[in-house]
Amino acid sequence: MSILVFADHDNSSLKQSTLNVIAAAKAIGGDIDVLVAGENCGAVAESAAKAEGVNKVLVADNAVYGHSLAENLSALVAEVGKGYSHILASAGTTGKDFMPRVAAMLDVAQVSDIMRVESEDTFVRPIYAGNAVATVKATDSIKVVTVRPTGFDPVAAEGGSGSVEALDIVKDAGLSEFVSEELAKSDRPDLSSADIVISGGRGMQNGENFKMLERVADQLGAAIGASRAAVDAGFVPNDMQVGQTGKIVAPQLYIAVGISGAIQHLAGMGDSKVIAAINKDEEAPIFQVADYGLVADLFEAIPQFEEELKKVL
Amino acid sequence: MKVLVAVKRVIDYNVKVRVKPDNTGVDLANVKMAMNPFCEIAVEEAVRLKEKGVASEIVVVTIGPKAAQEQIRTALALGADRGIHIETDEEVQSLEAAKLLKAVVEKEEPKLVILGKQSIDSDNNQTGQMLAALTGMGQGTFASEVVVDGEKVQVKREIDGGLMTVGLSLPAVITTDLRLNEPRYASLPNIMKAKKKPLDNMSPADLGVDISPRLTTLKVEAPASRQAGIKVADVAELVDKLKNEAKVI
Repeated sequence: MSILVFADHDNSSLKQSTLNVIAAAKAIGGDIDVLVAGENCGAVAESAAKAEGVNKVLVADNAVYGHSLAENLSALVAEVGKGYSHILASAGTTGKDFMPRVAAMLDVAQVSDIMRVESEDTFVRPIYAGNAVATVKATDSIKVVTVRPTGFDPVAAEGGSGSVEALDIVKDAGLSEFVSEELAKSDRPDLSSADIVISGGRGMQNGENFKMLERVADQLGAAIGASRAAVDAGFVPNDMQVGQTGKIVAPQLYIAVGISGAIQHLAGMGDSKVIAAINKDEEAPIFQVADYGLVADLFEAIPQFEEELKKVL
Repeated sequence: MKVLVAVKRVIDYNVKVRVKPDNTGVDLANVKMAMNPFCEIAVEEAVRLKEKGVASEIVVVTIGPKAAQEQIRTALALGADRGIHIETDEEVQSLEAAKLLKAVVEKEEPKLVILGKQSIDSDNNQTGQMLAALTGMGQGTFASEVVVDGEKVQVKREIDGGLMTVGLSLPAVITTDLRLNEPRYASLPNIMKAKKKPLDNMSPADLGVDISPRLTTLKVEAPASRQAGIKVADVAELVDKLKNEAKVI
């Protein structure tokens, strides 16, 4: 078996999710090659080659791949991937965008968002917003799979010694063009891979009050998330949303503040190692999943939390 | 221009999902069904394009059992002009759904195809992208804003870390994300009128598409449930537990 892993990156650095996907590839077993497609992405290829268990890094470095347009990426991956038994990418918005195109071009089914590998052709994935878990067997000759990064512990970023090989394949489908991008600028860790996440819900009452969480986040080196209710109410932007319709996170510590714990939110953070919840409603469903629950008014508790952290950190 | 919207009949999003005791799937017997929420957003976007004078005709298509006709009628009541029902009682997976939709696209030649980004039952997030690939169209997935300008469409997309805008030449496929719009409710007069709107019925075989599934579901289980932990008395105890018991800070 041979597995092609599509690398997540921003043209300058390799994203940690790639290491999670390589871990999924290891669980399947076989030679693991990594495809880095981008523009001026040489540094990404170098770090991918150092990742544990990587055999070879294939680099397609061209302007047509610079903005991860699905039409161009899928044409590249379908051509390179033909020679492999499995094609894997993380189930982030890039993988979700181009991978189904790859599957369609190869006339094979895709298995989306796997959390576990049972065998080379059998995978476990959530359905119904995480309210059920399906074990699915793929019967096609090439398995096209997107991987939920939080389902797999990342392989080591260093220590590998893969070779790096440039690919001279330029696929410009001519169907789409990049217009613009608005990325949230933040010095905090990435929500999807942070060790600690502190999230606010409708109980925060407005966007201004999220500043309270920011101070705590900075003390803990945490990322900040939000429930869908907080996003829908316009408190914070959608890219902060944790839940089935937002980001799936599984940090070491998840702190839910003013979040009632709707099923769709639990689907996005239920795999966290430790969950702490602060809510004034003692009946809130979040307490049914929290390891540590504090029934309190968050507007009193969060400033106290900040003070207590100063004592112990 | 003609707009094609694909909709799916799924379990109503308010219904609590129960796994069947024999682990063969989710119990759908006597459960309320509805249009997939992302598909409602797709219908709404098409209707708004028509109200702006951009779309001239909205064709709504669904794949599913006889009862899926209800979801077509809902879309017609919301403002679609006519419906196509590809009727089958078999399970239709994403690739096969995309092939069926491709056959409809070839017949109808729409300028824009709008679908939900995923259905809330299988959560695959595949069909729109597969349809785009099979028909050789560009795609604007996870759309939060759609602006049609002549033979081009600009789609603002929800991506990890923010928003990205792409320009596509028409025809193109768009899949909807939550913030694209807020769907309206159908009025009673429109529900009555929808009953008279044309609805074509056909089978996968009529379209020459083999819908045999490529993925086999071996079992469906309830997710591992988490146990509730303890309640702490105050913030000091919480911080102490996190530091000294859980050792996560």
